[in-house]
Amino acid sequence: MSREHQRSLWGWGLGALLVVALLLPFPLSGFRLFQFTQVCVYAMVLLGLNLLTGYNGQISLGHGAFYAMGAYTAAIMIDRWGVGYGWTIPAAGLVCFVVGFLFGIPALRLEGLHLALATFALALAVPQILKYFDSWTGGSQGIVLSKPRAPLGLPLSRDQWLYYVALSVLIVLFVLTWNLLRTRPGRAIVAIRDNPIAAQAMGIDTALYKSLTFGVSACYTGIAGAVGGLAVAFVAPDSFNVFLSITFLVGIVIGGLASVPGAIFGALFIQFVPNYAQEISKAAPWAIYGIFLIAFMYVMPDGVAGFLGRAGRRLVGRSGPVHSPSVTPKGGQHAQA
Amino acid sequence: MHRHRSVLALVLVVALGFATGPAFAADPGVTATEIKLGNTNPYSGPASAYGTIGKSIGAYFKKINEEGGINGRKINFVTLDDAYSPPKAVEMVRKLVEDDKVLLLFQTLGTPSNSAIWKYMNDEQVPQLFVATGATKWGDPKGHPWTMGWQPTYQAEGHIYAQYVLKNVPDAKIGILYQNDDYGKDYLKGFKDGLGPAAKAVVLEQSYEVTDPTVDSQIVNLKNSGANVFFNVTTPKFAAQAIKKAADIGWKPIHLLNNVSASVGAVLKPAGLDASKGLITVQYLKDPTDPQWKNDQGYKDWLVFMDKYYPDGNKTDSFNVYGYSVAQTMVQVLKQAGNDLSRANVMKQAASLKDFVIPMALPGVKINTSPTDFYPIEQEQLAKFDGERWVLFGEIFDASKK
Repeated sequence: MSREHQRSLWGWGLGALLVVALLLPFPLSGFRLFQFTQVCVYAMVLLGLNLLTGYNGQISLGHGAFYAMGAYTAAIMIDRWGVGYGWTIPAAGLVCFVVGFLFGIPALRLEGLHLALATFALALAVPQILKYFDSWTGGSQGIVLSKPRAPLGLPLSRDQWLYYVALSVLIVLFVLTWNLLRTRPGRAIVAIRDNPIAAQAMGIDTALYKSLTFGVSACYTGIAGAVGGLAVAFVAPDSFNVFLSITFLVGIVIGGLASVPGAIFGALFIQFVPNYAQEISKAAPWAIYGIFLIAFMYVMPDGVAGFLGRAGRRLVGRSGPVHSPSVTPKGGQHAQA
Repeated sequence: MHRHRSVLALVLVVALGFATGPAFAADPGVTATEIKLGNTNPYSGPASAYGTIGKSIGAYFKKINEEGGINGRKINFVTLDDAYSPPKAVEMVRKLVEDDKVLLLFQTLGTPSNSAIWKYMNDEQVPQLFVATGATKWGDPKGHPWTMGWQPTYQAEGHIYAQYVLKNVPDAKIGILYQNDDYGKDYLKGFKDGLGPAAKAVVLEQSYEVTDPTVDSQIVNLKNSGANVFFNVTTPKFAAQAIKKAADIGWKPIHLLNNVSASVGAVLKPAGLDASKGLITVQYLKDPTDPQWKNDQGYKDWLVFMDKYYPDGNKTDSFNVYGYSVAQTMVQVLKQAGNDLSRANVMKQAASLKDFVIPMALPGVKINTSPTDFYPIEQEQLAKFDGERWVLFGEIFDASKK
């Protein structure tokens, strides 16, 4: 009963969020809407990264590289080959899935911090590689894109249309993730994080699952990159520096490790808090940002999603052991991040 | 699963049901007492050394405001951090235009960031004035009538070296080293266009990637080609390597060094001041460390300005001269616009600057623009390194007169 209760609470919360999200384009100006499009894009990345880090226990400091790959796949397809933008989103996901899966194979040998360093190297290398193949990527000048118009004569501005595209993609990925974690592979992914040896003893092909998780995570990030590139209407190597990858990591920790709804909170944080920090102090915005970060970690050690989950449980009068409100696999012991 | 499907349907229904279009008031950012200008600068991130440009511009506008403003209006300079990241620049610029409702954008910095907002600004018809980058593409009045550069372009500088070679080296055999990117190619194009038919005097072109460890082998190849003129289009680290290597292997061509790497402290000292003797470059602003300007009125005024309005600023940093000078240009445009502060008129005035003199520009450098000429500064002067400092020589070259 309590589990059902908890789930329905999240259900209501998400439902309300969805209604707000759907109505958002009407009171907001183009610029504000663009910011929320970015939030959707970041949330896609955080979903993917959380799958890898939160659920599977692999750390990546290189998801900015997959984001760049997705953005460039879309940009090159549109700019050089004249492909319709709608096709570029799944294509970017596919390219990143393959690259992520292949990268996952050697990365298997690396654990924890070593994997973090290997992925960090990826994040460092990609902007330079993009400059090297300048006949494709436009070098450091990048590629300028046109924002797609709403199809079928829909009476929406380009910003509104893009927002709905991003929101729809996000919802699809959300549902996919939610379902994936309830399947056999989903439980295997979490089991590998919780106890790799036990997982292996139970007959889970750890190597395959880890690589696949890496691939799926990269796929999400690539899709986000493609949508993000369309929203900004410009891609350049300088857009995808190492700091972007770190920002993503900040996002999943703030949102809540191993929490699907946490992606939204994390995305809101990384999109808006730097701007507020700048409004508070122009001289030292990053110091203010740091204070926010520490405050969040102190008040909500298990992320915004974890905090809300606990608050929700207290609200319905359920006391008990504190654990993350995420999908706890049946029989799986949940490791607190 | 049914619930999810109906959610998706809902997305579509709502999307179909509503319609709003962006509504823009005509020429925002101007009131009876204020002119609002927008700007983004890299105050954080990899290029934050440029941040001082935004600060010196802000300081100069403060001075203008204390002196009564422009036609009774104070300048409200809204400057935001873009961290040298193009997506951030897009976000901040959209905020400035749509939220803060600035009259125009002034001095957005960096080729990538300006490329990212180029189309947007021209679609929205908001002036993108005096962008802080030397790429040649900003002077395109037909295709992008709302964007204008300021500093001399890389191509213009290339032209000047070409003119120098044509005049002074009759039997030129030219070797070129360039960075293999847009910046390097921009210089190369200007240089070759300037040479015209004489471009066949180029005996060898060598390129390098920013990721290369050294350019030593390229220098050896260039020496072996028999070149007696060396056009050195490199960023500071590689420029120092090239100068040093050429001296080490005893190659003594007429050495033309692009202005990008003309810093005495960052390039010539590491390369060796002796090895650097005889280098030729071009300049267009007064170098604040050059003792010959000690008694120059423009320099003295700049010092007073720095002391009063930007006391934290570094008085040896030429970026602070740059910010001061470009802000003066902006003020001139606003003065010329008078009380017709529409975006169209501001753009028109920016394109009708006639012999405008900025005090910290080299003597003889004047700003001229026209509806077909969106390149404000096109004059530069050659300078030769005497082992201690750059010594200006010859006349002012004018890239607009080919």
